[in-house]
Amino acid sequence: MSQYLLSTFAADGEPPSPPPSQETMQAMMERIVALEADMDAAGTFVFGGHLHGPDAATVVRMRNAELVMTDGPFVESKEHISGFYIINADDLDAALDWAGRVSDCIGRPIEVQPFAATGRVADQFSG
Amino acid sequence: MSTHIADGDAGEVERVFREAYGHAVATLVRVFGDITVAEDAVQDAFVVAVQRWSESGIPPNPAGWIVTTARRRAIDSLRRSARGRELWRTVGELNGAKPTGAGGEGVEGGPVSDDRLQLIFTCCHPALRTEHQVALTLRLLGGLRVDEIARGFLVTEPTMAKRLVRAKYKIKAANIPYRVPAASDLPARLRPVLSVLYLIYTAGADDLVEREHLRDEAIRLARAVVALLPDEPDAAGLLALMLLNESRIPARSRDGAVVLLCDQDRTLWDRSLIREGQSIVRDCIRRSCPGPYQLQAAIQAVHCHADTFAATDWAQIVTLYDHLYALVPTPIVALNRAIALTETQGPNVGLAALDGVAGDLDNYYPLHAARGEALYRLRRFDDARHAYRRAAELATSNADRNYFTLRLHELAGASD
Repeated sequence: MSQYLLSTFAADGEPPSPPPSQETMQAMMERIVALEADMDAAGTFVFGGHLHGPDAATVVRMRNAELVMTDGPFVESKEHISGFYIINADDLDAALDWAGRVSDCIGRPIEVQPFAATGRVADQFSG
Repeated sequence: MSTHIADGDAGEVERVFREAYGHAVATLVRVFGDITVAEDAVQDAFVVAVQRWSESGIPPNPAGWIVTTARRRAIDSLRRSARGRELWRTVGELNGAKPTGAGGEGVEGGPVSDDRLQLIFTCCHPALRTEHQVALTLRLLGGLRVDEIARGFLVTEPTMAKRLVRAKYKIKAANIPYRVPAASDLPARLRPVLSVLYLIYTAGADDLVEREHLRDEAIRLARAVVALLPDEPDAAGLLALMLLNESRIPARSRDGAVVLLCDQDRTLWDRSLIREGQSIVRDCIRRSCPGPYQLQAAIQAVHCHADTFAATDWAQIVTLYDHLYALVPTPIVALNRAIALTETQGPNVGLAALDGVAGDLDNYYPLHAARGEALYRLRRFDDARHAYRRAAELATSNADRNYFTLRLHELAGASD
């Protein structure tokens, strides 16, 4: 069993034009709810979320024992991760299938990235 | 009944070893679930083979010998490292029911092992970029050395080595599976496999002498894919396309210049390859499920059927290009259709059709070569010279460039 990050990206300054109608949004939500129910039934869903934009991000680092903060994202770029799932899948083919279904629901590309390790570091190094 | 080989006949050992390489690596990948472990073990077995085989001869079943030897070597070296012991435990659990493995070793001349089929789908997985698919297929299944692959694709050896490392890293990190795709996914997943094999073949056709090994390898792998997936007509079509192309190779060059179809000595064509290719094409027609490779093979079959250039059934070729264009509406297919049209409808119609695709193919030398020929037949020599000069500038191989230079020479004195 492997774990994968499925992420979707948004360009700065979106939402897209024109904004989807109430009915379109409703239909999309229903499909995503159904997809997540399938993920649960298959033991696939680990975690998921929708992120605020980069304007809401803060970068921190310790410098001379002092917490230094920067307003904004770590990498300034035109696109940023706007939402993600973390899933369990037997192999890349299974992960790509799920990613395809997510992409179909939201009408956007999905990046599939394997985790090198997951969970607490202490657990990864014991046993 | 082993064959004794003379001292120093390392070439023979290498040849036999290479034939068996893909099979051995594929079997070990299945057993150990790890490409690097499999490759290292087969490499170790090669060292043993060079020594042992030159003393006591090549064993009756070299592939089985290599798998057995490589497996022992792999187990030995895995036991010696901590990570290896971990991997060995997992493998032991996976294969617990059949500790000696069901490797298919010892089955001499039997059906091609499914292991190779699994591995080719891994190598040509659509999540890998094409240049990595090509490199992996030639290295793991073809057993070509990194420098040979690099030479075939005009990159340096370190660049090619880096490609292989990156591709193998992704297979492992992303957990790309080793298996034949489910029937429902097969058509889509077979497509990159066939296009990788065709890419390998055409790269081999760019330089007939230097890169012959790429053509041989593409044909060998295509044969294996057809044997393993006999119900996929486009795989058979690809094999036929390669065989029919290959049949004309002996007539395709003279004194370092390309010889065009119209000038080829057709007695040099390889009749047995033509018979085999045409028989596959006939099978494909009976199945009546035409795909792009089958149609291209059918076009080549029509060419090979004609005893002279004038006897070519060009109307049939135009019809086949129409079918092909319906499936694959690319400018290159349109160009080839236009060239065939020059033969059925004359150079005026042909030239108009060529000019219709010129916008998309201005940097593609075959367009200018075809225009040059049509303009020459229309006795517009100045324009023909201009077209041939463009073709010579853009040509990718010396043989092609030499031909266009020759043609310009012939046209030097002609005036409109």
